[in-house]
Amino acid sequence: MRHIISILIENEAGALSRVAGLFSARGYNIESLTVAPTDDVTLSRMTLVTRGSDDVIEQIVKQLNKLIDVVKLTDLADVVHVERELMLIKVQTEPSSRAEIKRMADIFRGKVIDVTSNSYMIEMTGSSEKLDAFVAAISTHNIIEIVRTGATGLPRGAGSLIPG
Amino acid sequence: MELSGGQIVVQCLKDEGVELLFGYPGGAVLHLYDAIFQQDDVQHILVRHEQAATHAADAYARATGKPGVVLVTSGPGATNAVTGIATAYMDSIPLVVISGQVPSAVIGSDAFQEVDMVGITRPCVKHNFLVKNVADIAETMKKAFHVATTGRPGPVVVDIPKDITDPNVKVPYVYPETVNMRSYEPPREGDQRQVQKAVDLLLSAKRPMIYSGGGVVLGEASDELRAFSRQLGYPVTSTLMGLGAFPATDSQFIGMLGMHGTYESNMGMHESDVIIAIGARFDDRVTGKLTEFCPYAKIIHIDIDPASIAKTVKVDVPIVGEVGIVLKQLSAEINASSSRIDTEALAAWWDQIKEWQSVNCLEYDRESALIKPQYAVEQLYKVTAGNAFITSDVGQHQMYAAQFYPFDEPRRWINSGGLGTMGFGLPAAIGVKLAHPDADVACITGEASIQMCIQELSTAQQYQTPVKIINLNNRYMGMVRQWQEFSYQGRYSHSYLEALPDFVKLAEAYGHVGMRIEKPEDVTPALEEAFAMKDRTVFLDIITDQKENVYPMIEAGKGHHDMRLRVAPGTPIDRELA
Ligand SMILES: Cc1ncc(C[n+]2csc(CCOP(=O)(O)OP(=O)(O)O)c2C)c(N)n1
Ligand SMILES: [Mg+2]
Repeated sequence: MRHIISILIENEAGALSRVAGLFSARGYNIESLTVAPTDDVTLSRMTLVTRGSDDVIEQIVKQLNKLIDVVKLTDLADVVHVERELMLIKVQTEPSSRAEIKRMADIFRGKVIDVTSNSYMIEMTGSSEKLDAFVAAISTHNIIEIVRTGATGLPRGAGSLIPG
Repeated sequence: MELSGGQIVVQCLKDEGVELLFGYPGGAVLHLYDAIFQQDDVQHILVRHEQAATHAADAYARATGKPGVVLVTSGPGATNAVTGIATAYMDSIPLVVISGQVPSAVIGSDAFQEVDMVGITRPCVKHNFLVKNVADIAETMKKAFHVATTGRPGPVVVDIPKDITDPNVKVPYVYPETVNMRSYEPPREGDQRQVQKAVDLLLSAKRPMIYSGGGVVLGEASDELRAFSRQLGYPVTSTLMGLGAFPATDSQFIGMLGMHGTYESNMGMHESDVIIAIGARFDDRVTGKLTEFCPYAKIIHIDIDPASIAKTVKVDVPIVGEVGIVLKQLSAEINASSSRIDTEALAAWWDQIKEWQSVNCLEYDRESALIKPQYAVEQLYKVTAGNAFITSDVGQHQMYAAQFYPFDEPRRWINSGGLGTMGFGLPAAIGVKLAHPDADVACITGEASIQMCIQELSTAQQYQTPVKIINLNNRYMGMVRQWQEFSYQGRYSHSYLEALPDFVKLAEAYGHVGMRIEKPEDVTPALEEAFAMKDRTVFLDIITDQKENVYPMIEAGKGHHDMRLRVAPGTPIDRELA
């Protein structure tokens, strides 16, 4: 099953390599990984999407917790949460297809953010599933390039992972 | 107090109460060595290879419970230390390794003797640090010792660029009294509800087993284990790493389990209905084939490391906590419980175990005209009255040591169990002897293993660490030969040791005493003579039976009940073919 693991980690050099190294050393797969500072400069937030059986996920969570720099983590699959991913997608356009592509982007609440005579760049956010659906929906057109940030997310409600 | 970085490192060691530092100098640590030169509180032990520094410090830690400390230079000094760091990591040994690094300004430029030590060691340390400011040294050192020694212990590397130890840059020094790490808080007490469940299960058992591991030794919980086991009267088995935590000569102890464990322990595990694993991690050398592991048992697992739980074997009652504390909780709960041990079932279980014991799975040919390695270890036990600290290398001799030298106390048996590092034994013996100068220390080794760190005979001479080297010389990488005999139809590919040195002369060349022993009747007198030489390192080159194998054995892919025995149960021992 797919899990989104949200990790608060000390903002130290090498923190990312500890997490990435753990996954490669133990043969866990990483579907996506995002890292960025938080409002507390001493902490980074990583959001990691992985897949595995319950046993594997249990080990992943335990092994991550065992890393000395990891302050806290949650498996978003265990809680009600919001998930978002950003995608930029460049599509080749023909005079005949431009309107349809634009309409399709509108339906998915995407924005056209760059235009040339024969291409659009569309910006879209949403759950990874929604982005997949959009890609599938316009796959009859020629997709030039896609970049995705990987999923990130937060549990719903007023709580926070950040200590104190 | 204003100190330079080099002075601060040394001062931190003093403030940590470090007595011994095992190391080897080089360019990146010259400032540090200069600071060491100007004090006498911390004694520096100069090894002959950085691997040996880590093994000696590691064994010092194993024998004392205090952290071992190592100092190496950048580049090759650092990489040479890696095998020893990995060895300590696999056995959860507290080690602080200080490595020099090239100056901050040239990091990343492929400078002379630059390696990314933090990167190289990341997968084999509990944690590591790169120190970026002189002002950070003290806090980093404090954290390094704290992380290495608490929770599940392990090695910690502190990588220090040369400019950080510059004698001309001085900063105020205070050694922090406490550590504040919001991201690191090792567990202590076990969850009381889990303890309750465990006790219910334990008291309902008909065929119980206590499976104790290295965590009991590391957690200083030998007394608690003894009290708990005696309270229940259940059979006790131990992993290779846990030997000595429960007295091996006690009738409740039924021997080591696993690949070369006793018939009774492995059969006991296989038939058991309730197993309590205490500070043990279900290593593959213990479990054999996982799908056949303890098919009838409910399992209770105590471990300080949550990641050890359910890693390879699913358990019914996990308890995360410090082993000593949890054992006390269990003992108290057993006393408070209204349930009682099923004494009838227990008596029947012990009868069954005694029947398995009557197979005499460790028996060997005592009439042989050749020296049997088992015999040599038995005699060593007698001559040292069972009180020696025994280090070992890796191979058949290691298993003979574990099988034939019953340890009654923890921290006496010092071997590389997890990584299985040949070369460990001799530097380890030196480390132990430095920790316990008045104790008998013997290194049980093989002619292949001993050559991997043989240069440390020189260190033994310099620091006058009179250890006894028991070289069980079978002219083979015996353990490799055994596997080739069993699984490769005797195709002994590169396991025979041609061109062996004359170990007697070699020992003498280093200034030690060398002895060659070729007949069974000479073994005991030679050992007595060697141990009578209190102030000499003695190398006993004992020429043993080349063909001897370690039994019992659970071969790869087999379960506990499927052991290869020397002779089938019931067959008299003298029918053994040579
Ligand atoms: C550094 C290292 N290299 C290789 C091995 C694989 N290995 C395990 S036991 C063994 C043979 C050891 O021979 P010896 O020291 O003579 O001991 P014996 O088995 O003969 O008692 C080898 C090569 C190892 N454990 N460690
Ligand atoms: Mg050998």
